[in-house]
Amino acid sequence: MSTEIQGSSLFAITDNVRRRNLAEKRFRAYGLSAIAVGIIALIVLLSSVLSNGSGAFMQTYVTLQVELPADKLDKQGNRNVEEMKSVSTFGYTPLIRAAVVARADQLGWGMPDGMTPKDMGAIISKEAAAQLRRFVLANPDVVGMTVTLEMLANGRVDGYMKGRVDREIAALDGNVSPQQLDLVDLLVEGGNLEKRFNFAFLTSPDASGQRPEAAGLGVAILGSLYMMMIVLVLALPIGVAASIYLEEFAPTNKWTDLIEVNISNLAAVPSIVFGILGLAIFINFGGMPQSAPIVGGLVLTLMTLPTIIIATRASLKSVPPSIRDAALGVGASKMQSVFHHVLPLAAPGILTGTIIGLAQALGETAPLLLIGMVAFVKEFPAAPPEGFFDPASALPVQVYNWTQRADAGFVERASGAIIVLLVFLIIMNAVAVMLRRRFERRW
Amino acid sequence: MTFLKLTASVLAVAAASSTAAHAREQIQVAGSSTVLPYAAIVAEAFGENFDFPTPVVESGGSSAGLKKFCEGVGEGTIDVANASRAIKDREVAACAENGVTDIVEVRIGYDGIVFASDIAGNSFEFQPRDWYLALSEQVVVDGELVANPYTMWNEVNPDLPEQEIQAFIPGTKHGTREVFEDKVILAGCEATGDYDTYLAAAEGDTDKARGKAAEKACISLRTDGRTVDIDGDYTETLARIISTPHSIGVFGLAFYENNTSILQVAPMGGVVPSTETIATGEYPVSRPLYFYIKGAHVGVIPGLKEYAEFFVSDEIAGPDGPLAEYGLVSDPELADIQAAVAAAGVSN
Repeated sequence: MSTEIQGSSLFAITDNVRRRNLAEKRFRAYGLSAIAVGIIALIVLLSSVLSNGSGAFMQTYVTLQVELPADKLDKQGNRNVEEMKSVSTFGYTPLIRAAVVARADQLGWGMPDGMTPKDMGAIISKEAAAQLRRFVLANPDVVGMTVTLEMLANGRVDGYMKGRVDREIAALDGNVSPQQLDLVDLLVEGGNLEKRFNFAFLTSPDASGQRPEAAGLGVAILGSLYMMMIVLVLALPIGVAASIYLEEFAPTNKWTDLIEVNISNLAAVPSIVFGILGLAIFINFGGMPQSAPIVGGLVLTLMTLPTIIIATRASLKSVPPSIRDAALGVGASKMQSVFHHVLPLAAPGILTGTIIGLAQALGETAPLLLIGMVAFVKEFPAAPPEGFFDPASALPVQVYNWTQRADAGFVERASGAIIVLLVFLIIMNAVAVMLRRRFERRW
Repeated sequence: MTFLKLTASVLAVAAASSTAAHAREQIQVAGSSTVLPYAAIVAEAFGENFDFPTPVVESGGSSAGLKKFCEGVGEGTIDVANASRAIKDREVAACAENGVTDIVEVRIGYDGIVFASDIAGNSFEFQPRDWYLALSEQVVVDGELVANPYTMWNEVNPDLPEQEIQAFIPGTKHGTREVFEDKVILAGCEATGDYDTYLAAAEGDTDKARGKAAEKACISLRTDGRTVDIDGDYTETLARIISTPHSIGVFGLAFYENNTSILQVAPMGGVVPSTETIATGEYPVSRPLYFYIKGAHVGVIPGLKEYAEFFVSDEIAGPDGPLAEYGLVSDPELADIQAAVAAAGVSN
């Protein structure tokens, strides 16, 4: 053996070296392929979400002249809004139908066999009647006039404009017929129908299964925002205070050890457990309302606290003891040394941990299932603090809700909502990375 | 120090506001996922046409909804439970225990259960006995009970296409499963005469016990993967059908009607399911849908009675209303139901 080593040279590769080099090459290949698999999965996920969901950000609108006959909408003729309310949305649907028929006639539409005015009116969203009623009740003076109204097109018509529905599908589909698509083509030629960016997707509330075209994320975004506010206001101070005490003041004994173990343990508890806890404590025992952001916020606070405490303690630990010693040396009290010197230096790390905890809470669905937030909520919650107690939805919950709906239009909406959620998460994580890059100090 | 003060005051405000009484203005509804789309349509229209806020509609299943409904009386509990089956005596008792005694049952119409497959695949025309023979755990062959030997649809019925048996049926937590077992599997079991074989083999002291055992034997399904329970929604069944082309799924009529471009429906007992054939009772597989109102909340939660009346009004639940358009089979006795709802909670 020894003679072999003596006789070897750095330039002559022995079997042993070759084996080791090969092992390293293999290891690198493993690493590369692991990363490649990850990237491929990400690309597949993103491209499927983007191709399904980008359609949600465009929407087809129909602009028509709608006649508002006084004898239908205001029988007393005194423009009294309270009395005009007796005309329900079902009373407004025929007006919209008439508007479609009138415009089609102008454009020279020959009614095909088997098609009724009702079928023609069906190319407009059911939301339009509600929109028209709201408009008339807000402006009672327009009764008796003809107004130009921009309305949503029916979900299937919207699908046709986006290429999701074609004549072959329409022939089989019970909710749309090829004749209706002919009418749509005519209205496109007549300049009444156009597709454009859909701000309403971000601002309008959810809609029922018959109106995928009108469904939006407004309530969900607001609900998520409220919950994040609650989490931030509660989890950050509690988490930071707890960490400072544990890290800087608490004696090391079996009690603090126990607490430490528990905190690490809680960070790994499945989130659904927090939902069960929230249902039992906040709703059943505390008597808080169902489906409210306050309960969601409290549950997510409990879930986020361990994350924040662990991150905060890590960043407090990374502040060198010399800083504390120097502060104490010039006569600062223990508390002064912490609040004047240690905490500011640890702040970037604390903020990063908090933002990552918030991002995690934003995407959480399971605990919200149990506290009644998976619901059809159409009404916007009021401004805080009362709004914290009003029913609301949340972004991930809205995705879950929409994937369960029967109409194919909601698949597009759900993917669109995923895109919105991803954008929020990317922004939050980018801010966390930026803060860390900018303010982090290394010793 | 200001940081600490701020924290303390924020906590104080949060604590104070959470204890403050917060009067509930909107109606809270929970229950069956089958009724959910209809309830959402009604809630939306209700919010548009009345000055009351739009009700909040939660899903979660009939049993879960009724359980929540029976938790008690007061603002912290829900006002309406949706159910795809009638309330059980056990649940009425549980309700009464918690002080929920005034329960108003409202039948909103009927839901058809349909058998559908990929539109590009073979067409089927079923009898209940075909489903029993295809899915049952044991069948009678030459007078002997044997483990289900069939693997192809044309083996159970020569008129059916030559296709592997592969079915996706609702899981046991769904109300739909009960109807499927009752109206299809059990009906098929009786039609083939296998029921009598089971009855002869059944053990029990009374005729009733033996009958129960025979029924249970009829509806126990094979576990070799030819039939798969779907615990999720119909969207999941649809996804499985698309990924397994030669398969047949069990859907609600409303779901099928929203997806006629990808699914073809199979007639059952020679009748094609539609709102008309279900309303007349010709199509055999259907069930009533209900919602339950907490009588004690009428007059307390604003708009509750108006919501119930609006739900069963002709323009909503009638044959030309939006619910029928979505796939609900309108109740032929709607006028009686309207009268019952109008009378509900009058004493309060």
